[in-house]
Amino acid sequence: MFETLSIHSVIHVAVVLLFPPLLLGAVNRTKAKFGGRQGQPILQTYYDLAKLLRKESVFSETTTWVFRFGPVVGLATAFVASLIVPMGHASAPLSFAGDVILFAYVLALGRFFTMAAALDTGSAFEGMGAAREATFACLAEPVLFLGLLVLSRISGSLQMSGLLGDSVAGGWATSAAPLLLIAISWFVVLLVENCRIPFDDPNTHLELTMIHEVMVLDHSGPALGLIMYGAALKLFVFAGMIINLVLPFGTGSTLVDWLVFLLGTLLVAVIVGTVESVIARLKMAEIPKLLIGAGVVSLFAVILLLSYS
Amino acid sequence: MSELLLDPGLVVALLINFYILTVTRLKQVVYGVALQGVLLGLLYPVAHAGFLPRGEPHSLETVTTLRLIGLTVAIVVIKGWIIPRFLMKAMRIADVRSRLTSTVGIVPPLLMGGFGTAAAIVFSRSLPLAGGHASHLLIPSALATVVCGFLMLSTRREALGQVLGYIVLENGIFIFGLLLVEAVPIMVELGIVLDLFVGVFVMGIIFNHVSRAFPEASIEHLSSLKE
Repeated sequence: MFETLSIHSVIHVAVVLLFPPLLLGAVNRTKAKFGGRQGQPILQTYYDLAKLLRKESVFSETTTWVFRFGPVVGLATAFVASLIVPMGHASAPLSFAGDVILFAYVLALGRFFTMAAALDTGSAFEGMGAAREATFACLAEPVLFLGLLVLSRISGSLQMSGLLGDSVAGGWATSAAPLLLIAISWFVVLLVENCRIPFDDPNTHLELTMIHEVMVLDHSGPALGLIMYGAALKLFVFAGMIINLVLPFGTGSTLVDWLVFLLGTLLVAVIVGTVESVIARLKMAEIPKLLIGAGVVSLFAVILLLSYS
Repeated sequence: MSELLLDPGLVVALLINFYILTVTRLKQVVYGVALQGVLLGLLYPVAHAGFLPRGEPHSLETVTTLRLIGLTVAIVVIKGWIIPRFLMKAMRIADVRSRLTSTVGIVPPLLMGGFGTAAAIVFSRSLPLAGGHASHLLIPSALATVVCGFLMLSTRREALGQVLGYIVLENGIFIFGLLLVEAVPIMVELGIVLDLFVGVFVMGIIFNHVSRAFPEASIEHLSSLKE
């Protein structure tokens, strides 16, 4: 199940631990530039995390252990997911046949505990946010799986490292259209899973319109820090998947591969920032339409791929 | 070359189907339908070139070439400019609401469109087709576009939405026509395009009458009319 500890695994874990908050900084900087502002420092998320982790914890008396469990499980599951996704054109540290299922449901587990923690506070707003999160996650999951189906059909593998490995480069030569459709649908999944505009506004200040942020309103101090870090990690994981899909070409040099990969994820963050700057938030009722549209496009990609054979 | 361009073109045409089924703002639907029409018009010479005998790339006679260019321009202008313009004008004159509504909601037709496209691809593989067609997507995309047009036609509540569904349906028939490019004489081809134009024209007139008789152009009011 575990491969021998290689230099790749060490780099992988180090990158996963240190790099993700930079993506949030890149997104915020892009948005600031679009708004004509200077913007906060690109390392601001690191400062925020350091500040939050130094604070003391305050827990509401009405909450139970479930509430304290939420952020921890959320971060742990995001971390496990990040170990399954291959990065820098090498096999992931945690890789076995069928790990695609683990990947999808480890993220679902984290979401479940975040929602349970939200419900545990007994606040009406947080329950509402949890309901929305569950609904939209239900609609986003098929898109993810249909994409994985296309990739596993192309590569003949059920392993994340195989799915998103060298076979993708060959896939672009034979079946570019399905892969392109999947890349677009996955970008939609990235936006909804990471609570980005047009689905959710990470900076909103009105509980009624929130989806994800409302679930973490009662968290503070280190717990909020864990949630923030988990969110950055999740964004990094999805950006990494898209980069594996779009830039599957290896150069042969470990260092260059990693550099390309990290710059690629930063590019995805810049694109996310651009999307957030140029389009408005969707009405709540419009969100399922866009997600189901992405699902239909992925289904079409699967059928298109099957029609080639 | 035709294989290289025809398949991506048809894939985009199918994606536009989904777009048309998803969006509800009338202007966006009109733009989507116009874009699909222009795309299919541009695919017309591409499909035409695909049916020429191999090895003689310059065997097009001048008359054929002129006919090809003329027809392409005619199709693109009618589908991409005249019909959308006409619809926009009808929208403005009749003062319709800017959003389409659906009798069963937006999502079920969209899902049915997706499954219909899948079924069309699966079904067309079992059809006994003559060999040598330029693209294996031609028949499925024709069927799928007809299905999407029909879904649009049967679920949209507004008259204008139904006109748009009718145009999408006709686009599907047009894709079928791409298969017969070699066999169909020029008059028939122009006839198909004119047919569509007249159809839209007639529907536009009916539509104006409906909007004059009732405050809004919803076809549900038609059932209250007496013979």
